[in-house]
This record gives sequence, structure tokens and C-alpha cells, in this order.
Amino acid sequence: MSGLRRVLVANRGEIAVRIVRACHEAGLEAVAVHSDADEHARWVRLADHAVRIGPSPAAKSYLDSAALLSAAREARVDAVHPGYGFLSENAEFARAVREAGLALVGPPAEAIELMGDKATARATAREAGVPVIPGSEPVADLDFAQAAAAEIGYPVLVKAAAGGGGRGIRPVSSPEELAEVLPAAQAEARSAFGDDTAYLERSLTRPRHVEVQVLADDHGDVVHVHERDCSVQRRRQKLLEEAPAPGLRERTRELLADSAVRLARHVGYRGAGTVEFLVDADENVHFMEMNTRIQVEHPISEAITGVDLVAEQLRIAAGEPISFRQDELTRTGAAVELRINAEDPDRDFAPCPGEITELDLPGGPGVRVDTGLVRGDRITPFYDSLIAKLICWGADREQAFARARQALRELRIEGIASTIPLHRRLVEDPDLLAGPVHTTWLEERG
Amino acid sequence: MSTVNAALPGVFYRRPAPDKDPFVEEGSAVSEGQTIGLIEVMKTFTEVKAETAGTVQRFLLSEGDEVEAGQGLAEVEEP
Repeated sequence: MSGLRRVLVANRGEIAVRIVRACHEAGLEAVAVHSDADEHARWVRLADHAVRIGPSPAAKSYLDSAALLSAAREARVDAVHPGYGFLSENAEFARAVREAGLALVGPPAEAIELMGDKATARATAREAGVPVIPGSEPVADLDFAQAAAAEIGYPVLVKAAAGGGGRGIRPVSSPEELAEVLPAAQAEARSAFGDDTAYLERSLTRPRHVEVQVLADDHGDVVHVHERDCSVQRRRQKLLEEAPAPGLRERTRELLADSAVRLARHVGYRGAGTVEFLVDADENVHFMEMNTRIQVEHPISEAITGVDLVAEQLRIAAGEPISFRQDELTRTGAAVELRINAEDPDRDFAPCPGEITELDLPGGPGVRVDTGLVRGDRITPFYDSLIAKLICWGADREQAFARARQALRELRIEGIASTIPLHRRLVEDPDLLAGPVHTTWLEERG
Repeated sequence: MSTVNAALPGVFYRRPAPDKDPFVEEGSAVSEGQTIGLIEVMKTFTEVKAETAGTVQRFLLSEGDEVEAGQGLAEVEEP
């Protein structure tokens, strides 16, 4: 690949494995990084070279921008892939990478900033002609908030401008409750995100979460890679995702895709990104946020289009054009992803670190497993709880779910508790199979 | 003297947030059940509470250190 030779994989776990694979397939060398806890990890062994970046806690390793930049210098890489989470949506890190003379496999720092502050992102989306959820400007004080809430109509959500990923959101159903919640929400936002800016948004009743994958290159091309439905959530964390979104009108699909492309173009986007929307029962579409990175659930979009999104990210970072034009992209069949987490469904989904004594992975046509773990590895308490992603493609949705049921029959993880029992129930659930479901469906049914 | 031990493996914090003051300073009095720290396990935070009333003599770990289950976190001098 012209311009790039060696890439620093500035992440861990399954996404680090995914990036190492894409680098090798593109003829690039991959340099892994690891904390002490991850010294013998799978992605470290798969990479061409590895650099220790610090002790086990994430703040001292994968979140340490200086340690990563020094690893990049030491390994003489010419690009940095930040993956998802950690520093992937940190504009300062993006800027520091570029100032070090390296290519970032990601968007310009300015686009990260525009989309990172949720209040600015709303205003930007509105400017771009993208429908947003009725809401307020950043809240100055309680009087302002109560006036704005009366105009929007209760129930409203109090949201932290610096929040994201489902964090920093509080529902409020009356002016009295708003008076109580607002100061607490601001204090919480200040401590969690270092910024107490809050705004209000109408709380939609039982919306679906539908998001659009986009790619943008340096040659002025912006394309979408269709939508994903991520409505199956628990505590606003995604558990199962589908592509395409089941039962959506073709007109709605087009509106979502057009809106996402328009927004990416408007902010001068580059690389892979995801524009998230809430879709109500009447299929009204509302912009929620844009994630300026590769997403956990990207493989289901790959499954229905044949596009290798991480390979496209590397091409774009090297200054090359996207490998296909919008009118060349076709969508075939349906795909579902199950996020298998080290959480105990019998103990209110408490995270459960420990040693994986058995790991028997499923296979067969249409079945893909992305994991950063092998048998004998320890799930440590330092990072997130994702064990593996099970991605099942079928010629239609029924076949995709049939393959998911079979894959879950084959999958064996021992030594630690996991969400396998919950996923087994989900893929047989008549409501879900009839589809579509909304974002509070799983919690409402208990 | 009694030791407050970690119930879980994870990362130990003495502060509720990076820009906040510690829950308790060394040499301060604590009551039974008072929160003296946090342990983070896979992005979930669990409070560490004093098992007895007394004075926190010293912390055995620093902010952000990794901790094993059963490891001592702080020494409390009972009155």
C-alpha cells in the first residue's frame, strides 16, 4: 500500500487482532502494544513486533498518549490505528499523532471535536440539514432548563454534552424532578467527563436504534455501507446487532443513509465513522450522535456487503481512494452479531474476571468469530468484558438466526460466567424473531 | 490495628473522580461502613468500606494501583 509500511495497533483485544489481520492482508507490518497483563496476548503473538507500554491499569497503558507515541517512535511506524474505545475519539491524541509526522487511521482532529461534544454535534447536524431530536441549547440555569423542557414536552432526557456511548443520560418527567436532577447531572458530568455542560432532549417512546456506516476519503468521496439495528440493549449497552435493520421502509433506509453521508461531508470527515439515529414507531428519523471510529459491530456490515471496513480505513489513511463507488455496492442477505461478555446473568450481569479453561469456538458457513483470547488466557479486571463477537450471516434473516442458534450450541466457554445463556434466549425469542424491537424492549420484559 | 482487604481484583482508587479529593486522608477518623476507596473491575466501580470505626493509619496502595483479591488496602487503628 503506497505511503504506508508499518502500523502501530494502539489497542488491545479482538479489535487489535482484527487490525493486525487487515495490516498483513494489505502487505503492511503490524506493531502491537501491550500492558503487563497482556504480555502474552494473542494479538501480540500475531503482530510482527510488540512494544510494552506500561502497567496493567488502562490509565497507565492504553490510555497513556505519551507511552503510545513513544512506542510509535521506537518501532518506527508511519501510521497509528487507535481501534475503538481508549484514545480513538480523543482529538488531542489525533493531533499529537499528526504532529509526530504520522498518519492517523481515523478522522481529522477537528471532526472528532465537532462530533465529540454532543451539543455541538446536534447543532452541526441541524446545519447539515439532518433531522435531530427536539431539544435545547446547552442549559444555562434551572429557569432556562424548565422553560426549554416545557417547550420540548416531558418526559425529557438530561444529557451531558461530553457524554457518549450511552453514558451521562438521565430521564426526567416533571419540572420538580428536573430541579432535583439537573445539579446532580451537572456534577456527575463534571466528574465523569471534565465538563458540566448539559442539554435537554425529548425522550422518544420506544425508539429503535439504527445507525449508518460511512466511509470518506481524501478525494472527496463519501459513501455509506448501509445501516445496522442495535436496539437490543441492556443499560444502554448493545448486546445484539443486525444488518440490515429488519422491516424498515425503503424510503426510511434511504433517508438515513442520505442524512449520514450529508453529515460526514459537512464536517469534512475522513475514514470510517458511524452516524447513530433513533427511529420512532412512525419511522421518523432523529440524529443522535456520530462515532468517529471503527465500531464494535462493524463486521455485520462487512457480512452483508463484502466490504472490508478496516482495509478501507488503511487505504484511506494511506491517501488512496475508497475501493468502490456507491453505485457498485450491493447488499446481500442478513447478519446478526452477538456480543459475548464476561458478565454473569445470574448476578445482575456483574463482571467476572478469571481464567478461560475451555474455549471451543463455532464454525461453518456464514459464521465468523472475532476474539482476542485463546484457551488458558485470563480475563483480567482492567479492561472491558468482551470475550468474543459471534457474527452469523445468512441468505435471509431466518437463516442468519438459525446459524446463530447453531453457533451458540457449539460455543463453549468454561472457567468464567458469560452472557451465553442470555444470548441463547435472545436468538429464540419470538418477539425478536418477529422484529423489530425497540431500545427498552429487553429491560421491559425483565 | 485491622486491615481493610480488597474483596475483588481490579484497580484501586482513593478518589471518587480524578479531580476530586480523596474519600479519606491518612490520619482521619472513619466510621464503620464509611467509603474509603473504589475498586474498578471491567469499568464497574465497587465501593471499599471501612469494616470498623477508627483512624486510617495509612493506605497500602496508591491511586490507580492494581490490586489482587484479598490484598490489604488500608490499616485502621481501632479506638
